[in-house]
Amino acid sequence: MAEIRNYTMNFGPQHPAAHGVLRLVLELDGEVVKRADPHIGLLHRATEKLAENKTFLQSVPYMDRLDYVSMMVNEHAYVMAIEKLLQIEVPIRAQYIRVMFDEITRILNHLLWIGAHALDVGAMTMFLYAFREREDLMDCYEAVSGARMHAAYYRPGGVYRDLPDTMPQYQSSKIHSEKQTQIRNINREGSLLDFIEDFTERFPTYVDEYETLLTDNRIWKQRLVDVGVVSPERAKALGFTGPMLRGSGVEWDLRKKQPYEVYDKLDFDIPVGVNGDCYDRYLVRMEEFRQSNRIIKQCVDWLRQNPGPVITDNHKVAPPSRLSMKQNMEEMIHHFKLFSEGMHVPPGEAYVGVEHPKGEFGIYLISNGANKPYRLKIRAPGFAHLAALDEMSRGHMIADVVAIIGTQDIVFGEIDR
Amino acid sequence: MNSTHLENLGNALKEALAGRLVSLHHFFDELTLVVRAKDINAVCEVLRDHENFRFDTLIDLCGVDYLTYGDEKTAIGQPEGRRYAIVYHLLSVSLNQRLRVKVFAEDNEFPIINSVVDIWPAADWFEREAFDLYGIVFPGHTDLRRLLTDYGFVGNPFRKDFPLSGYVEMRYDEDQKRVIYQPVTIEPREITPHVIREENYGDSH
Repeated sequence: MAEIRNYTMNFGPQHPAAHGVLRLVLELDGEVVKRADPHIGLLHRATEKLAENKTFLQSVPYMDRLDYVSMMVNEHAYVMAIEKLLQIEVPIRAQYIRVMFDEITRILNHLLWIGAHALDVGAMTMFLYAFREREDLMDCYEAVSGARMHAAYYRPGGVYRDLPDTMPQYQSSKIHSEKQTQIRNINREGSLLDFIEDFTERFPTYVDEYETLLTDNRIWKQRLVDVGVVSPERAKALGFTGPMLRGSGVEWDLRKKQPYEVYDKLDFDIPVGVNGDCYDRYLVRMEEFRQSNRIIKQCVDWLRQNPGPVITDNHKVAPPSRLSMKQNMEEMIHHFKLFSEGMHVPPGEAYVGVEHPKGEFGIYLISNGANKPYRLKIRAPGFAHLAALDEMSRGHMIADVVAIIGTQDIVFGEIDR
Repeated sequence: MNSTHLENLGNALKEALAGRLVSLHHFFDELTLVVRAKDINAVCEVLRDHENFRFDTLIDLCGVDYLTYGDEKTAIGQPEGRRYAIVYHLLSVSLNQRLRVKVFAEDNEFPIINSVVDIWPAADWFEREAFDLYGIVFPGHTDLRRLLTDYGFVGNPFRKDFPLSGYVEMRYDEDQKRVIYQPVTIEPREITPHVIREENYGDSH
């Protein structure tokens, strides 16, 4: 009689459905997964160790490069941890700007997730649609910070600068005629806020389009329903947060339960799943698109009516204006000290968690009073989710592993750090 | 969390843990509980199951190396001379409260702290990470392998005495036609010096 043995297969690290550099060692019985052992660390850059050797301000751009599809939310947790240790107040306008960009980032993140997830499962079109919308939001990033992705826009004490009054416009070229360019520039005539408002008007229709393509699609449902089911108790024990936890039916969102910045002044709802399978997590994230859109709208309205400072006037933390820096000796010294030696954060420890598009993103900061952090620990939501991949995929087929990786919204920048 | 809620939680902790509680610290809106390494499993079980705590989620577990911290008075809960600590961040979804638990390893040469993987399965990878980066060993963990560093990596890179640039570098060797490891060729350097200023520095200006 023939001997039957389990088959071990290497999945990744160079596999398009591995979402980056995931190496998965799969033990298979036929096509059924017996064990999944993710090997991570191929993108490990020791961000936490690097931060110990940099001043507080120099580490802000490193935060963008953690979860590189939701850049500003990473910065948010980091600057909030510093602000907590320093006990400084952030101007209210800066808080609204941060919340608005957090939600823009959430849409950016979910757009990439839906594009990649659908592509993995076989719906090519979604990817193209999602990237069309991402382009508009990237332009918002660029207008406000100068960079399309790695913004370094949130600073301890506020945000780097106020929202611009103009939007960059397309230029005509050999490929795009003058007339075409004019049409493309129609919603870019006004300020950044006008552009964002225009986007929030258009976006719900786009989400409807995505849902038309996917929600009742037979293939989509066959691939997602009852795949990767996690019970609410198990989800909590495994350290799930964000849409992964809400998909299992646990009503938990830091923006509601432990509100930070101005989330308690805004009106929005938290979608919750029922069965805890991939399909429910899909539905939760689709609803989050709409809720984020709602929050952005409210922030735009508030920001239009309430001008004011966007960064603290404590010049030991935030730089003085260029004008006063060049006219005033003391401000000159502040500027020089801030950018050479950096700010000093009083000794102590602080943990700050924010509702990241993927779950709870936390920064645990220990300071010994120096100009650099003593220890910085980054709590990445995807790390706990990927650790549960083995449990979620056991007993499923190989093709379901791809759906589960997709539903976990894995990004290696944050998992490997 | 408001301060009365924190105070109630602190009192409940003192009552439920009694002798096992070494110290309790309150900073900003956070509570830090320090316990002895030998008590960690028993304490964690109480924290998970007791009706006043119900910490059902382990949000984070990380190692800390206090070698170069300096002034020991300001390090929260550090017994003198102890180098390694494990910090647990707990969250109770049902009661909406958080707690930080800190444990110092007794031996600086061979740090050991019992695993909590039986209590919170989420601890699995977090403990593997702390083992990898700090060399802290977790008895009770069934699969303690390196997690983040390269296959065959030697050393514990996040220890404070491990240089930032490491010991070896990798390159492709034209003669041997393969990737080789060699001692690092770059000098360790510090771009911005590490400075601690005295209190109220610069306030009079």
